[in-house]
Amino acid sequence: MTSGTFSAVLVSETRSEILKVIRVPAFLIPIIGFPAMFYALFGLLMFGGSGGAAGLQMPTYLLASYGTFGVVGAALFGMGVGVAVERGQGWLTLKSATPMPPLAYFGAKMLVSMIFGVIITLILCTLGTLFGGVSMSATTWLLLLLVLTVGAVPFCALGCALGYLAGPNSAPAIANMIYLPMSFLSGLWIPVEFMPKALQSVAVFMPPYHISRLALAAVGVKTNVLLHAGALVGFTAVFLALAVLAYRRDDGRTWG
Amino acid sequence: MSASGNRTAANEPAAELQAVRVRYGAVEALKGIDLSIERGRITVLLGPNGAGKTSAVRLMLGLIPPHSGRVLVFGHNARDAVAKRRVGAMMQVAKVPESLRVTEHIDTFRAYYPKPLDRASLIEAAGLKGLERRLFGNLSGGEKQRVLFALALAGDPDLLFLDEPTVGMDVETRRSFWKNVRALRENGRAVLLTTHYLEEADALADRVVVLHQGRIVADATPDRIKQTVSRRRIRCVTSLELTDVRAIAAVDSAERDGEVTTILTPSAEGVVRTLLLRDGSLHHLEVAGAALEDAFIELTSDALEVA
Repeated sequence: MTSGTFSAVLVSETRSEILKVIRVPAFLIPIIGFPAMFYALFGLLMFGGSGGAAGLQMPTYLLASYGTFGVVGAALFGMGVGVAVERGQGWLTLKSATPMPPLAYFGAKMLVSMIFGVIITLILCTLGTLFGGVSMSATTWLLLLLVLTVGAVPFCALGCALGYLAGPNSAPAIANMIYLPMSFLSGLWIPVEFMPKALQSVAVFMPPYHISRLALAAVGVKTNVLLHAGALVGFTAVFLALAVLAYRRDDGRTWG
Repeated sequence: MSASGNRTAANEPAAELQAVRVRYGAVEALKGIDLSIERGRITVLLGPNGAGKTSAVRLMLGLIPPHSGRVLVFGHNARDAVAKRRVGAMMQVAKVPESLRVTEHIDTFRAYYPKPLDRASLIEAAGLKGLERRLFGNLSGGEKQRVLFALALAGDPDLLFLDEPTVGMDVETRRSFWKNVRALRENGRAVLLTTHYLEEADALADRVVVLHQGRIVADATPDRIKQTVSRRRIRCVTSLELTDVRAIAAVDSAERDGEVTTILTPSAEGVVRTLLLRDGSLHHLEVAGAALEDAFIELTSDALEVA
């Protein structure tokens, strides 16, 4: 690949990102471990035998919920905390003095976040199949994987904004403050159908809710796909605009 | 290292600041400065903290835009990738990703440039032989600086920025680093160095630019700069009390370190005459011109703000 081109930088940055992550496995424990643990505890142990919501068995329903939970976390932490730390420590500044295309840097972090999203989804699917009696066609599996992977995009944008707005030390705390309440309100821990009416109406304003609805659609629940997809496109636009503003502010381009 | 110093006219400046102003909120960091960095020379940028050094470097690296004026690197806007392809920078980084190997860091940076130096030459030039497979986090402070030097050279730059490059290096490593920097100059590259070690500035610089409160207060060879300082330095061993020495006419300052008394004065002959008259036992007398450090202190003292 020709050195200095966008694709060459994207490939080499992605490789570096993967190496960094696999050499510091501590990063993987919360990102991959928590969704898997929650799914095992709630989806399999606690509600494994019970009929779920929206006409699905609990293990299948919660596959969509905790899959969303995992993908959102990988994007927010991989992208947000990663950028905040490298920016705060001057590493990104050194890179900015080189001709590295900034979009290749963000693209690499996004790719790696998505790869982790896929790994999380595959782990949950394996757990569900082995211990939860989940049985779906190959097409359904692929569709679920596709929805969850594409669903990570708005959170990569939000993570990017967070990376530019938060300092390296505060970024993980802020990411959690966004991630955990938003996950709860989106019905990722407890199905929306089981929530009080007031909370159900809040869920509509939570972007992960829409991903989980599309994920449920992928596994066969009737939902208004256009509505949820449209909402996600809207959220993506808002988060991207926020990320661009935050980037430009940091880059010194929005001075008076 | 390939000889690429002649890619453009040799007399074209490597970098130029034209009437550049930079403001941070109400603070004006650079108050309209003009500066041109030539190729084949080592230019040292000196100045106390807050003088505007960092802003000047960040402008030329394309990291920030000026509020007014122009910043050109080889004739291009410093913010453009075209300009950045010909620039290398060694800066202070609080933390470099520690779980990557030396060669992995080098290859990541090589990928940014259309015509990077090959990996083996970079390892050789930065003195990293034998450390190729080492994780960055397992390197010593001086070794880490050498990796950052290799990253700065990755694109075979025509203009090299070195910001406090020898921090954490032992004396020997520092000498060999200086040799490498001089070799780059011989190769026609422009080098811009900022340092807190005035000895380093004196040893390396072809030209010293002193910034103070956002303005250039001096721009000359290290020798010329030292000559602008009228004061000279007298060293001797004397039995006179320090307070008595300080009371001698035209003595600006007198300090004692162990046995040796050091006196700064614009009138060395007069002071020496008085000292010898009053102390018959005075010995180890030495009179020297001011060091770069004295010149620097004089140039950046607020009394001389008129400059």
